[in-house]
Amino acid sequence: MTKPLISIEALARRYPARGGGETTIFENVWLPIQKGEFVCLIGHSGCGKTTILNVLAGLDQPSGGAVIVDGREISGPSLDRAVIFQGHSLLPWMTVIGNIAFAVTSRHPEWGREKVRAHCQKYIDVVHLTGSEHKKPAELSGGMKQRVGIARALAIEPKMLLMDEPFSALDALTRGSLQDEVRRICTETEQTVFMITHDIDEAMLLADKIVLMTNGPGAKIAEIVENTLPKDRRPATMHKHANYYALRNHLLDFLVTRSKNFAAEIEGKPYDPRKPPVVRPGAKPVGVETLADDGSPRSAAIA
Amino acid sequence: MRGSLSLRAGLLSVLIFAAFIGAWQFATMPTTGAAGDVDPEYAALVSGAAAQGAKSAFPTPADVGATIWGHLKDPFYVRGANDQGVGVQLAYSLGRVLLGYLLAAAVATPLGFLIGMSPLVYRALDPFIQVLKPISPLAWMPLALYTIKDSGISAIFVIFICSLWPMLINTAFGVASVRKEWLNVAATLEVGALRKAFLVILPAAAPTIMTGMRISIGIAWLVIVAAEMLVGGTGIGYFVWNEWNNLSIGNIITAILLIGLVGMALDVALGRAARLVAYRE
Repeated sequence: MTKPLISIEALARRYPARGGGETTIFENVWLPIQKGEFVCLIGHSGCGKTTILNVLAGLDQPSGGAVIVDGREISGPSLDRAVIFQGHSLLPWMTVIGNIAFAVTSRHPEWGREKVRAHCQKYIDVVHLTGSEHKKPAELSGGMKQRVGIARALAIEPKMLLMDEPFSALDALTRGSLQDEVRRICTETEQTVFMITHDIDEAMLLADKIVLMTNGPGAKIAEIVENTLPKDRRPATMHKHANYYALRNHLLDFLVTRSKNFAAEIEGKPYDPRKPPVVRPGAKPVGVETLADDGSPRSAAIA
Repeated sequence: MRGSLSLRAGLLSVLIFAAFIGAWQFATMPTTGAAGDVDPEYAALVSGAAAQGAKSAFPTPADVGATIWGHLKDPFYVRGANDQGVGVQLAYSLGRVLLGYLLAAAVATPLGFLIGMSPLVYRALDPFIQVLKPISPLAWMPLALYTIKDSGISAIFVIFICSLWPMLINTAFGVASVRKEWLNVAATLEVGALRKAFLVILPAAAPTIMTGMRISIGIAWLVIVAAEMLVGGTGIGYFVWNEWNNLSIGNIITAILLIGLVGMALDVALGRAARLVAYRE
C-alpha cells in the first residue's frame, strides 16, 4: 500500500459538558486518503462530519489526534487543500471572474493580469459558466453560484479538494447535473477529494470509498464501503447495475438502523478503530467476505 | 402605475405646500384690530409696528420670498465682518463641517477597524466609548475653548467629536460582523493580513461604515449651527443668531430653509456614495 496523501490519525473532538465533564462528539477517528481517491463521509447530523472537514481544511482544531500531510501535522489552512463550502460563500461584491481571480492571485501572486485572466477563464469554461464572467453572485442561480465555488477551488489546483455538502442547497435537477460534472472533472483531473454528504445516491455516484460514521456523541467510523459500481457510472444508468441495490441497501440500512446501534453491534467482537472493516457490497453474496488485516476472511454483517 | 403614483405624490406635495403657505398668509395678514391683543412685554421687546398690531413682525410668505430672492441674487458679497452674503456664511459652515468630519473619518475608520478586529481592544475601549458617546458635543466647547484658545478651531473640534462616534461604532461593528464564511475563504486561500483587510473585510464592512458616515454628517450639520451660535464670527449659525438680534425674521427663515437644503444635499451625497459600496448577497 502506498503512503497516503493525507492521514487522519486518532482525531477526537470533545466539548465541556454542562455540569462538568466532557461530551465526546467523536473520537479515535483514523482514515487514510490515497492520492486520486474520492472519499465520501456519510453520517447523521451531529456526528461531527463538518468538524472533521474543518480540521482537514485547517479552520478548526481537534481536541485530540492530528491530520498528517506529507509526514507533517497540519497547523492551519493551506492552498493545497481547497474547500468548497456548503453555502457557496462567494464574495458578493466581486464578479464571477473576480472571485476566481482572488483565489488565483492568492496562489500565484507573481502572475500578470493577463495570465490570471486566462487561467480563470479556463476554469470558468470547465464549469460551463462561459458568458457569466462579469456577473455578480446575486445575479446567478444557486447552481451557478456553486459552480463558481467549484471553479474557484479547482483554479488553485489544490492537492486535495474538501467539499462540505456542496449540493445540499440545490434543487434536485441542478444537483444531478452538477454531481455528474463534478464526477467528470474529478475523474479527468484525478483529483483527490474528501466530501461530506448525507445523500446516499450522491455518495454512490461520486465516491470510490464511502466512510460510514455512527451517530454522535461518541461517533466513530463504523466501516469503509468500497464502491462496487463501475468507474464510468452515470446517474442515468447506474441504478441498472447488478450491484446497485446491494450497495444502496447496505448504505441505507446503516443510516436507518446500524448507525444508532453500532455500539451494540460490535460488543464482544474485534473492532479496531485504526482499521475499520472494509466492505464491498455486491449482487451475489449476501454476507460479504472481507479480508481482515491478518489475511483471514472476516464476515462483515449486512443486516 | 408607478409613474402615476409618483405623479399623485408630487401633486399631494404641492397641495400640502400650498395649504401651508395659505395658512401662513392667513395668519400673518395685517389686522385692523386694536393693539390690545398683543402681550405688552412682547410689544416692548419687538416695538414698532408689531406692537401697534398694524402689521405682524412675522413676515408674510411674499415678504420672505422677496428676502430669499434678495439673498439668492447676491449670495457671496462681503461688506465688513458683520455683513456677508448668506452663501459666504454657508461656505464657512460647510468648510468647518467638512474639516471636522474628515478628521473624524481619518481617526474613526482605522480605529474602528482595529476595535472590530480585536475582541480585546473592543472590550477595553467599550466603557470609554459608552461614556463619551452620549455627551452633547457642545458640552466640549468650554474645554475646547480653554485648551485650544481659538474659537474657529474649537468649532471644528466640536464637529470632530460629534462625527467621531457613529463612524467609530459602525466601523467596529461592521468589521466585527463580517461573515465567518468569507473570512474562512480568505483563510483557506492563505490571504495575507493586509490583503484580507482591504479586499475582504473592508468591502464587506463598507455598507455599515457608510451608514455610520451618513449618520455622522447629519449630526455634524445639526451641531454646526449651534456651535456657531456659541462661537460667533462667521457661519450660518452665527448668521441666524445675528439676524435674531436684528429681529429680521425673514432672514432667519431664509437661513433655516438653506440649512435644510444643504443638510439634504449632504445626505443625498452620502446616500449616493453608500450605493457605490453596497452589494447584494
